Amino acid sequence: MAEGVISMTPPPVPRELERPPLVLRQRSLGWISDHIAGIAEGKAPLWWWCAFVPSFLMFLLLIAMLAYQISTGVGVWGNHHPTMWGWDIINFVWWIGIGHAGTLISAILFLLRQRWRTAVNRAAEAMTIFAVMCAGIYPAVHVGRVWFDWYLFPIPNSNGIWPQFRSPLMWDVFAVSTYFTVSVLFWYMGLIPDLAVMRDRAKTRLRQIVYGLLALGWTGGNRQWTNYEKAYLILAGLSTPLVLSVHSIVSLDFAVSQLPGWHTTIFPPYFVAGAIFSGFGMVLTLLVPLRKLCHLEDIITMRHIDVMCKVTLATGSIVGYAYAMEFFIAWYSGSPYERFAFLNRALGPYWWGYWLMLICNVAVPQLFWFRSVRQNLWLVFVISILVNVGMWFERFVIIVISLHREFLPANWGYYMPTWVDVATFLGTFGLFFTMFLLFMRFLPMIAISEVKGVTPQADPHHPLGGAKPKGGGHG
Amino acid sequence: MNSQTAKAFGVLAEFPTPADLMHAAEKVRDAGYTRWDVYTPFPVHGMDHAMGLKNSKVGWFAFLGGLTGYTTGMLMIWYMNAWDYPIVVGGKPMFSPFSAFPPSYELTILFGAFGALGGMLILNRLPRWHHPLLKHRRFIEQGASHDKFFLVIEASDPKYDEAEVRVLLAGLGGRNIEVVEE
Repeated sequence: MAEGVISMTPPPVPRELERPPLVLRQRSLGWISDHIAGIAEGKAPLWWWCAFVPSFLMFLLLIAMLAYQISTGVGVWGNHHPTMWGWDIINFVWWIGIGHAGTLISAILFLLRQRWRTAVNRAAEAMTIFAVMCAGIYPAVHVGRVWFDWYLFPIPNSNGIWPQFRSPLMWDVFAVSTYFTVSVLFWYMGLIPDLAVMRDRAKTRLRQIVYGLLALGWTGGNRQWTNYEKAYLILAGLSTPLVLSVHSIVSLDFAVSQLPGWHTTIFPPYFVAGAIFSGFGMVLTLLVPLRKLCHLEDIITMRHIDVMCKVTLATGSIVGYAYAMEFFIAWYSGSPYERFAFLNRALGPYWWGYWLMLICNVAVPQLFWFRSVRQNLWLVFVISILVNVGMWFERFVIIVISLHREFLPANWGYYMPTWVDVATFLGTFGLFFTMFLLFMRFLPMIAISEVKGVTPQADPHHPLGGAKPKGGGHG
Repeated sequence: MNSQTAKAFGVLAEFPTPADLMHAAEKVRDAGYTRWDVYTPFPVHGMDHAMGLKNSKVGWFAFLGGLTGYTTGMLMIWYMNAWDYPIVVGGKPMFSPFSAFPPSYELTILFGAFGALGGMLILNRLPRWHHPLLKHRRFIEQGASHDKFFLVIEASDPKYDEAEVRVLLAGLGGRNIEVVEE
């Protein structure tokens, strides 16, 4: 008798180890469905239109800029000798990097059993897909004659010549296209049970048909869930080496060359850390306002914001370490070109870019050591934007500063973007926000079934899940 | 009686909590039924064991996909750069497993991911345009995708007998027990 009593009451959790629940106020399973699906149902709120109209106009600007530069030639950009890579490649790397947080949240945190990820993974994965779309535009246009983009694919050209796989640029084609495809697959598979939720709630015939087709006839039977969960685990396991490889390969575009400032072995891990850092910056930039506007405070709780700030702090510190190590290696290498390249970063004509990068990426995120900063949403929002300003300048520093001083002073130059560069970059924001706003209007922006799964009433071993004291003490 | 059972898809019972559903599943498993399933808004942990399900075979699909991807990458690059049209670039070897590795690695992941998703769909017999449960009001309206927990014993089960199944499910605490039409 006494033994039975002991086994049914679990040992009390020490106060310092207690964690706030993932869904606040003990919200019911039905509330989670109604609330999240409700964002994608009914009339769009006014704030949505206020965000969508300017985004869409900026998207039209992108179309106009692309039409202009494709019909005129990439000479309308600021790229010229010796700085043949400019804003186009900076923005390509920047957008690709932003995508990485989505995959980190959906895959790596899943493997690490970080259950808080369920509240943010859907929106972060959508962010990944749209960021990679923005990124993909740049190399495609940068080649100059976009009608020859098919040379990038493994198809022989008119002289029977194949693409040349000894170049990291070809690796990049495979890395980025695989990244995009697998991100879409992972995202779509995660959406299937939620599309079934939308289908079952649909009021109009059109919605029933569209969501019904997209949900593929999902019923939610456990014989389906068991295969689904296994496939989800495998996709997470595949996406983890994928996300680590993508930015590594992007960094090899630089590191495999012989240019001082680019030719370093630290690039792959440093790029991956920077990518995750900037991606979490963007996730925070998007979700801090959205949780307020969509009244998601009980699902994206302050604990979620807190842990994301901590990830930002950790990755930002890794990036800071990499900056220091680059300087050390430049000095330690004994190569005068390496030393010049790095001194030129800090003290050369673009010194302001370098120091802006250091302030935004290394100094500012250190504020996240303070709990009061992590709990202040305005500060979190501002810092998350500064993180991405800093990460943009990191790519500017790496690309422009390394290129503008060639080995021969006769080949030195000073790079300035043109208005077309600026307008195209603004246009990619238009594409990104247009896609994101459409996504949150038509699809559940939070993984409904996953959030339900982390509530106590979903756990058959928890009293709220119906566990009887007799059989519920273990498992 | 015969004509009715021929048209029935199975018997549907609702359970109030995941724990009740899991206990019911254990009992239905022990009773020897084979064509039945539980329907939940989220995967319930421990349910595979309670239902007596074996480890999912999705892994094989992903493995075969990954293997195909890696082989495709290596063979493709060797064929293009070393066999069909070799060109010397920077004194590098025509084919090296090292420079061919990154694209092959990406193709491993790409094909593996298609294998995982495709395997999940094949094993789940998806996509399908019609399912008897998806026409059943109680099942879809605020039902299995919302917050309800169902157990269905299908009429195609060799042990199926409507009266017996009703008694069994009622004894396990099932509510709103009813026959779902095909």
